[in-house]
Amino acid sequence: MVVGFIVLPLVEMVLAPSVEDLGKSLADSDVRRSIWLSVYTSGTAALISFVFGTPFAYLLARHDFKGKRFLESIVDLPIMIPHPVIGIAILSLAGRQHWIGRLAADLGVRVMGSVTGIIIVLTFVGLPFYINTVKNGIEAIPRRLENVSRSLGATAFGTFWRVTFPLAWRSVIVGMILCTARAVSEFGAVVIVAYHPMIAPVMIYERFTAYGLRYSQPVAVWLIFVCLVLFLLLRWLNPAGRART
Amino acid sequence: MIEVSDLRVALPGFVLDGVSFQVAAGEFFTILGPTGAGKTLILESIAGMVALNGGRIRIGGRDVTDLPPERREIGIVYQDQALFPHLSVAQNIRYGLRYRPKAADREARIAALVQRLGLAPLLERGVSNLSGGERQRVALARALAVAPEIMLLDEPLSALDPNFREEIRDLLKSLHRETGITVLMVTHDFAEAHFLAERTAVISSGRIEQVGPVAEVFNRPVSPAVAGFVGMKNIFEARFDGCVARAEALELTLSGPADPECRFVAVRPEDVELFGQPPDTGGGAVNGFSGRVTRIDHQGVFCDVRVRCNGMIWQSILPTGRLMAEAIAEGVDLWLQVPPEKIHVM
Repeated sequence: MVVGFIVLPLVEMVLAPSVEDLGKSLADSDVRRSIWLSVYTSGTAALISFVFGTPFAYLLARHDFKGKRFLESIVDLPIMIPHPVIGIAILSLAGRQHWIGRLAADLGVRVMGSVTGIIIVLTFVGLPFYINTVKNGIEAIPRRLENVSRSLGATAFGTFWRVTFPLAWRSVIVGMILCTARAVSEFGAVVIVAYHPMIAPVMIYERFTAYGLRYSQPVAVWLIFVCLVLFLLLRWLNPAGRART
Repeated sequence: MIEVSDLRVALPGFVLDGVSFQVAAGEFFTILGPTGAGKTLILESIAGMVALNGGRIRIGGRDVTDLPPERREIGIVYQDQALFPHLSVAQNIRYGLRYRPKAADREARIAALVQRLGLAPLLERGVSNLSGGERQRVALARALAVAPEIMLLDEPLSALDPNFREEIRDLLKSLHRETGITVLMVTHDFAEAHFLAERTAVISSGRIEQVGPVAEVFNRPVSPAVAGFVGMKNIFEARFDGCVARAEALELTLSGPADPECRFVAVRPEDVELFGQPPDTGGGAVNGFSGRVTRIDHQGVFCDVRVRCNGMIWQSILPTGRLMAEAIAEGVDLWLQVPPEKIHVM
């Protein structure tokens, strides 16, 4: 019953549009552009999470310090906050009334209604999933391996690159998949920060409100299809995951 | 050589305090203690892997207290070997080479090491499907490959099957003899220490109880904790008066006058003699008491026998054959005797 509850609406939606509708919507350059934008911004959010989240996840996994629990709860905050609130919060920072917003404007960075804004929002919502996954992955690596590496002459940094990272690689991939998945599905926060350029969920919403169910379904099917292919590809690229399945 | 002075490490719920000892150059030294006594913590302090709250550590005359692990010139071998699972045997062994200056004889030395440890046929294998003994030999080779100043061994034998344990134990002994390297090993097994080490430090609850040659610790423990640890199962509080010790209701004759500062008597179980009948010694047998067997635990060739004498429980160890010969069984009354020279006072 549980599986049915999850699968039935999805199957119904995937099967509802006719092949003709699917073809038409794929021929529409707006649809293609919005799906590409979704994939591109979500992927960028995952890359940003990788660059900045990995050292932070290591810090949380390997060091005990005062306020660590507090820091961990802060990392989890974006998971709990309602999505439109996230959008409003980011806008209030990026606006002219805040010094950060003014600084960004002076540097020529536009957040409102821009790809930059979308990427900021998606990173905000995806980062906790990346950090938590990688932190768990690093915690599962015995600390003794790092101790031995240090005793053999490797610095902390060298140990990270030669021991910790190669062993945490699988959780890094899984973290990026989760982060991307979370980012692709974001709507509420993006719609506030950037209605245009249109990412796929915003376009689906727009088509639904303006033209109805029949026009929104094909776009949704294509979005699901592209995401599925991407995730399978990423899984397949990950040697550890492939060996285990 | 290793000098540890006044080491202090405070962790939540555990404190290592006032730990001081020295290991001479080329010596095989063990730290003995029960699980949770702080042995590994001492080892990791020397390796630079825990933050100290006090004390100094010197290796080969260099004060390394403030140096990171990679600059201490140590080799460490853990109980679970801690081999790098993503690397082959050869890559594990050669892991540390890039951090050491490239000596002309390095390759020859590594080849000799691989040969000595019998690892040549395994070099290209992954480490996950090696046997326990093979894994431990790889871990030893990896540590020795960087020619460390000292070797730190953390219970290197305890996770091994009995047949591998003997193999690695013998290997450790001969490697030490051949290389002359200073070795500090922690273990909870007194027999290992007895076989391998020249001197030992016994630690209990984060404090060192006794340091000395292994035979001395074995024969003359200074505290009930050490006595219990080296296998003296019969430890009783006693009052001393010259050559007599009064432990609860029993009066024990000693082989010589005891120091009035002493507070305990201790006897190994193998020194507690049991007889079906009082031995016919023509009158007063010294330290002979009647008792009743309360429990017998069979351990194969030997049996642990517990005997109640005047409310005190004594533990003895007997060859299983003797049980039959003397008709000793649970509930049977018998005669227990402790030779005065076998009574240790502390």
